[in-house]
Amino acid sequence: MFYRSLFPRDVFAELDRIQRGLQQGGGDLSPNIRGTARGGYPAMNVGTTPRSVEIYAFAPGIDPASLDVQLEKGVLTVAGERTSVLPPKDAPATVHIDERFSGRFRRVVTLPDDVDPNAVDARYTDGVLHISVQRKAAAQPRRIHIQ
Amino acid sequence: MSDNPALRQTPQPETAPRTTETLLPPVDVIEDGAGITLYADLPGVPKDRLHLHVEADTLTIEGEIALPAPEGLESIHSEVGLPLYRRVFTLSKELDADRVAAEFAHGVLTLRIPKVEHAQPRRIPIQVG
Repeated sequence: MFYRSLFPRDVFAELDRIQRGLQQGGGDLSPNIRGTARGGYPAMNVGTTPRSVEIYAFAPGIDPASLDVQLEKGVLTVAGERTSVLPPKDAPATVHIDERFSGRFRRVVTLPDDVDPNAVDARYTDGVLHISVQRKAAAQPRRIHIQ
Repeated sequence: MSDNPALRQTPQPETAPRTTETLLPPVDVIEDGAGITLYADLPGVPKDRLHLHVEADTLTIEGEIALPAPEGLESIHSEVGLPLYRRVFTLSKELDADRVAAEFAHGVLTLRIPKVEHAQPRRIPIQVG
């Protein structure tokens, strides 16, 4: 920020960037065409290492067999359904708080270009779907020998 | 949200020192004749990091997220930005805090809080005079 304030290379571009950041709730460094589905279900965290891309989908209370994960052309889709625990309308019960998600869901994440679609590992533990996608060997950092 | 006095959410007192920021887990609360069932979403919390306390009339749910992270992981997008869940409820007198049953599977906590015997519903006969 110090650097930016000392050398405002393009004030209007900078203002535009800040405004867009505010509209999207701020904090998202890489907005894309699919928007920022913040607050959607499941919530997602994405991270990278030099060798892999790690996706964590916070999808508690799902039958793992009903989860559908697809990777096509660099786009990862996670879909499934969560059944409601709420009693039927005619049941002699009262719903006091109803905050948890239920129903069908589908979320889409764009992955970096260098992922290997054949090296995907998905695991469902403690209500979190952890998907690990390896990057192609050619894209991994190599040490270059100096003659 | 709920004006039911049986299971009221306790507003966080300003005076209590809050050392860390926490996530507020979403819950469903359903009451029937015999008691209350509470469902809470706590994804990423292993069984041994879930803590339930019932003290006097206060029910506290706390959980710590533990995710497997490979070495050198750098976050590029984060919607779950804190590692702790916490939510506090106030129980009312007719609930039997000593007989709370808890189940925790796939990141969903299910709590069953029965009503004390004398508080369970009775059919009241109506006399026709």
